[in-house]
Parts: sequence; C-alpha cells; structure tokens
Amino acid sequence: MKKSIGVRIWRISIIAVVSFYLLMPLYAMFDFSTKQFGLGGKSRNLDSWRIIPSQPDLMIAISRSLLTALIVMALILFLIVPTAIWVHLKLPLLRRPFELLCLIPLAIPAIVIVVGIAPLYRWISINLTESPITLSGVYSMLILPYTYRSLSAALDAVDIHTLAEAARTLGASFARVIFGIIMPTIKTGIINGSFIAIALVLGEYTISNILNYKTFQVVIAQIGRANGNVAVAVSLASLLFVLFLLLLIPNKKRLGTVLDVDVK
Amino acid sequence: MSSSPYVQLNNLAKHFGKVKALDGLSLDIAEGELVALLGPSGCGKTTALRALAGLQELDRGLMIVDGKDVTFQSANKRGMGMVFQAYSLFPHMTARDNVEYGLKLKAHRTSGDKRKARSNELLELVGLSTHANHYPHQLSGGQQQRIALARALAISPKVLLLDEPLSALDAKVRTQLREEIRRIQLELGTTTLFVTHDQEEALSIADRVGVMRNGQLEQIAAPDELYDRPGTAFVAEFVGLTNPISGVVSKGAIELLDSTVKTLRGSITTGQGIALVRPENIEVVASKSSNATVFSASFLGASCRLSITLNDGTRVTAQLPSSDAVGLGAGAPVKVSLLDRPVFVKPLI
Repeated sequence: MKKSIGVRIWRISIIAVVSFYLLMPLYAMFDFSTKQFGLGGKSRNLDSWRIIPSQPDLMIAISRSLLTALIVMALILFLIVPTAIWVHLKLPLLRRPFELLCLIPLAIPAIVIVVGIAPLYRWISINLTESPITLSGVYSMLILPYTYRSLSAALDAVDIHTLAEAARTLGASFARVIFGIIMPTIKTGIINGSFIAIALVLGEYTISNILNYKTFQVVIAQIGRANGNVAVAVSLASLLFVLFLLLLIPNKKRLGTVLDVDVK
Repeated sequence: MSSSPYVQLNNLAKHFGKVKALDGLSLDIAEGELVALLGPSGCGKTTALRALAGLQELDRGLMIVDGKDVTFQSANKRGMGMVFQAYSLFPHMTARDNVEYGLKLKAHRTSGDKRKARSNELLELVGLSTHANHYPHQLSGGQQQRIALARALAISPKVLLLDEPLSALDAKVRTQLREEIRRIQLELGTTTLFVTHDQEEALSIADRVGVMRNGQLEQIAAPDELYDRPGTAFVAEFVGLTNPISGVVSKGAIELLDSTVKTLRGSITTGQGIALVRPENIEVVASKSSNATVFSASFLGASCRLSITLNDGTRVTAQLPSSDAVGLGAGAPVKVSLLDRPVFVKPLI
C-alpha cells in the first residue's frame, strides 16, 4: 500500500516537473503577449490577440500554409504510404536503400536544400505559379525522415504479408489490399506521421523565407519586426494549434478484453 | 467411366536459388476430398499450397482446377479460400466484417441481406455466432482461426487451402479444432488441401495423406495404408515410430526375433536388410525362457511403451495395451516376438 502511494507521488512529481518545463515557455509567451510596454506603464490587456485577425497577410498566410499542409498530407496518403507499403510487401531488398533515401533530408541542412532547389522554384514562379502552395513539393521531401520512420515502425508491428495474402485470396486487388486492408491497419502510424508533417510544414521558415514565399512563419516574422507582442501572440496561437493537433493523435486503446478460453 | 480429378497439379517445379522447393510435384485431388500434405520442414509442402493459391509463381508446371487451367491466374481471381498459420484476421474489422469481406469484393459480390445471412450461417457453423461483433484482439487464438476458416469458406471456395492453421494453438484446442475442420469439410463437401508437419493431425482427418520429401511426393495413400504399408523407407520412418532390426530377406519374407514376416512392396528382395518394425507389432510376454529384458516402461494411459534390451544388446521399443503390460517393469525378463504383419525392409547401408 505504502509502495503504491510512493509510486503515485513519484509519478505526479515527474509529471509536474515535465509539465512545468513544457508549459513555462508557453506561459512566458502569453505573459509577454499581454504586457503593454511604453509610457503607459505595465498594464495588461488582450489587444495583441484581438488584432491578430486584422494583421495584413496573416489570415491569407495561415490559409495558404494550411492548404500546403493538406497537400502534403495528401501526398503522404497517396504517394508515400503506398510506396512504403509496396516496398515492405514486394521489394524487401529495397528497404534499406529506401530508408537511407528518406533520411537524406535530415542530413542535409535546409540552406543547402534551398540552394539546390532555388533554380527550380524560380522556373516554377516564372512559368507556372507564384503560389506558396508549390512549396508542398519540397515540404513533402523534408518530412520524409519523420513520416517514413513512423510508417516503417507501424508496418513492422503487424504481419502485413499474411494480411495482404489473405485479402488477395479473398478476391482483393492490390489497390484494395493497400487502401482497404494495410492502411487501416497502420492507421495510427499514418496519423502520427501526418501530424508530425503538419507541425513541420506550419513551423518551417528557412526555405519559404529564402525562396521569398509569404507563408505563416514568414508573416509572423514580419509582424514581429513591427509589433513584438502580436508576433508572440500569433506564435503562441500556432503552437497551441499544433499542440491541439498532436493531442488528436489517437491513443490506440484496446477495446474489451482478450478471451483466453476457447468457446466451442 | 472415370471422372477426371477436380484438382490436378502436374510436374510443378520451383527453385529458390539453389534450393529445389518443388521438383516435379504431381498430385490429383478428387472433388470433396481432403488431402493432407505431410513432410519435414523445407520439403516443399507450403510452396505447393501457395502455388495453388496463386501466391507463389512457379518455374514450371500446370495447375488445373475444376477443368480450368489456373497456372497463370492471379490469386484474387482463383476463388481459393485460405487459412494461414499466422493469425490473419483484419484487425480493424469485427469477426462479422472479416467473414463478409470476400463477399463485398467484385469477385464474389453478394447483396447486403444475403451477405449477412451467409455470415450468420458460417459464424454458426464455426460456433462463434455470439462473437460476431468482437474484434480480433478480443478473440483467443482458436477463435481467430475459426473466424479465419469461416471467412475462407464464405466465398464458397473451389478449394480450401489450410496452411498449418493449428500449429500456433495449444494441444487441446488443436485437437478440438482439427475435428471441427473435418466436420465442417464433410458437411460442406469442400475440396481441401491441408498442409501440416504434424502427422497425427494429417492421419486423423485426411482422406489421403501425401508425404513429401525434397520437393517430390514420396507416397500418397489413405492414412491406414500409409501407416501399415509404407512404400519407401522414408515414409516408414517419417510416419510413426519404427524399430530398425536387421535380418535376412529371402522369398518375400524376413526372419526377425524368431519370427518370419512378409516384406512390403518396395523392400529389398534378398539379402541382409534392416526391417522397420512398428512398436505395436512387437509382441511382449513375461517369460522365464526370455530373449530380452525390459529396460524401462512409460505409461501413456491406454497404452504402455516398453524399451526392451534384446539378448544381443539391440534396444527396441514396443507398445502394448496397458492391461497387457501389468508387471512388465524395468528388469523384467520377457519373450519378444513379432506379430504376423508385413514390414518394410531397407537395404543395409
């Protein structure tokens, strides 16, 4: 009994310390965003938050970044996930090279990537469109290390070969096996990968700024130069939004209990 | 007029690198028959089953099912129901959804009401109608394999393929489920190919058992024939227990343990050989004019297994009803002879 109380206290202490560590910066940001500096003294108000919607370019940048994130998610769902499944199912010898390929964006600094892709984006902006949505191409490459690891772990956790063969013998086409059987089975891995991708897309600054696209982070930086309180308020709001998305990642709780008695 | 076999596998060959998984395998299965393929690991039995399912490409050979050449047909168009060794229920679907899955697909599309009726019927058949809304993780291993069986049967398969479906289960459930498989197979009359490495399993439920070795079919016969009249030394030694006892063969008989017994077809016809004698074909009686001594006795319930040392030092195993083994403990002098049943004799190496 004593031991369980001790364990509980220990757990609560750890949670308290970690929560303090994580929440303190957020509180500091909120504190800063509500402070009024200048001749008026130290009054507090929510003006910085109220004027967020009226910031020039901000709402457009948010909607563009969200749209870019959605496109990246679609690319994950319809390109990266089926490719990862196909490699696991049909091309096991390519697993290592594919994994290595997916890790490359992690090893190359963003600035180097920008230098490499700048001519391509220059051509796109001249000949096709200037929309920042085109960044979804480079973003879908940047998120590969995180998304692939998440997918690979999910694929390794289940016997997808047997599931695929079972579905095939029942009459399923390969497309149906991938989209109807394997993808729902590794749903948690896909959702995890997708949310991490959204967080990365909404937070990316270097590439979009250097390529001169007005994305969410770029606009926040511009606002920050004019009004620090509003910039911090917007940053906090975006952090809370991403945090909210991450909290949506389902915690795969098993429903019911396993019966250990065979019923005849 | 003899009708042609329902399933014909002709001269199937498959190599994995230098390993010959199938080396000219030919097998016929009659409609409604349950054939078990038995053999040691790596003998090619699973490769044969997967080839018939369309999950394994062949280097050579022809597969005909119900008069149609299916050799190059893809797995999703063959209409084979398969139960795997590993649990293969789709984890995001309930037991009912799993059973109905094949019926929702183009190949076997069935309307909603008929589909539900069919899944009810099959869940009833495997005794799990009360578990229709359970997810796989809520079911035990035996229950999952029952649902997998129902799912495979739902599409009214041309051939039911069972790839060691009981090997992951504990002994009691395995026995129970194999009897259920046989009952259901007989009730539905589904042509079935059952792969296993458990000879008791194969002998107990199959109409015919095929013993495979090195990618070839060594012998295929009814279980009793396979056990009592093995065609090769490999089959005799692989199926059941045997005592290798040397003796001299002449005129289709061999002299062993003061008895003369006929030799089976395929045995050597003359000279010194090794007879492969089943433990239950050795007669043991307590006798003071003994030619052997009991070394140890193992009580197995209905029967008793005796390890006996012959006077020449040879050790043999005999199995007799427990009631006949009373008083035959370690050290007991016994008279050992052979029952008049033919034995397989292989050459001395």
